[in-house]
Amino acid sequence: MSETIKKFLYLNRKAPYGTVYAWESLEVVLIGAAFDQEVSLLFMDDGVYQLIKGQDPSGIGMKNFSPTYRTLGDYEVKSIFVDGESLTARGLMPDDLMRIAWDDPDTQETVENIVTVVDAPRVTALMDAADVVFSF
Amino acid sequence: MSILHTVNKSPFERNSLASCLKVAAPGAAVLLIEDGVYAGLRGTSAVPLVTAALARVKVYVLGPDLKARGFAAERLLPGIDVVDYAGFVELAVQSAKVQAWL
Repeated sequence: MSETIKKFLYLNRKAPYGTVYAWESLEVVLIGAAFDQEVSLLFMDDGVYQLIKGQDPSGIGMKNFSPTYRTLGDYEVKSIFVDGESLTARGLMPDDLMRIAWDDPDTQETVENIVTVVDAPRVTALMDAADVVFSF
Repeated sequence: MSILHTVNKSPFERNSLASCLKVAAPGAAVLLIEDGVYAGLRGTSAVPLVTAALARVKVYVLGPDLKARGFAAERLLPGIDVVDYAGFVELAVQSAKVQAWL
């Protein structure tokens, strides 16, 4: 096994339910957690809708996979970024998004919310810093 | 009898709604379904488009699709009505035909 730890960035740009992209991305993130990598998620454009609180697709006969996002901290996901301009264009506030906690295995401390709203230059920097970008 | 237009795409990703509203006749009904429901929300960049349309056509949102995506009816622009699946059927029956903007 390689000792090299790579930085994985998952780029999510699709709304949930209308297409299968959001669910597929989540599945790949969970599978990828089996490998020891540094994982970040970035939500922009309609992808920000994936993190909206209080989703309830019981009335449309689909599985509610949104609670899974809150468990991402248990799957080696240390940071989740949301493009601020995408929120603004959709009339959304950070408070509309679910909070995702992360327990640091080294310090035993809990970070209450690893969801961070970022601007475009930060998105550029994130993509620049990543070794691999997975697009959904 | 007029036409019932259904739009199932997000207005931020496709031009389905814009094209629909460009040609929908006055008095027509436009039903936002699936990812189309995002167009009905307050405070978005699609508000000018939808607000202008509300003066000419009746706009509806399919409730179960809105609820699935985590939004309550209170988040919708004034003038937009929420219908359930029975309401969808009722609109279809009342219309001469149903035109889908995929």
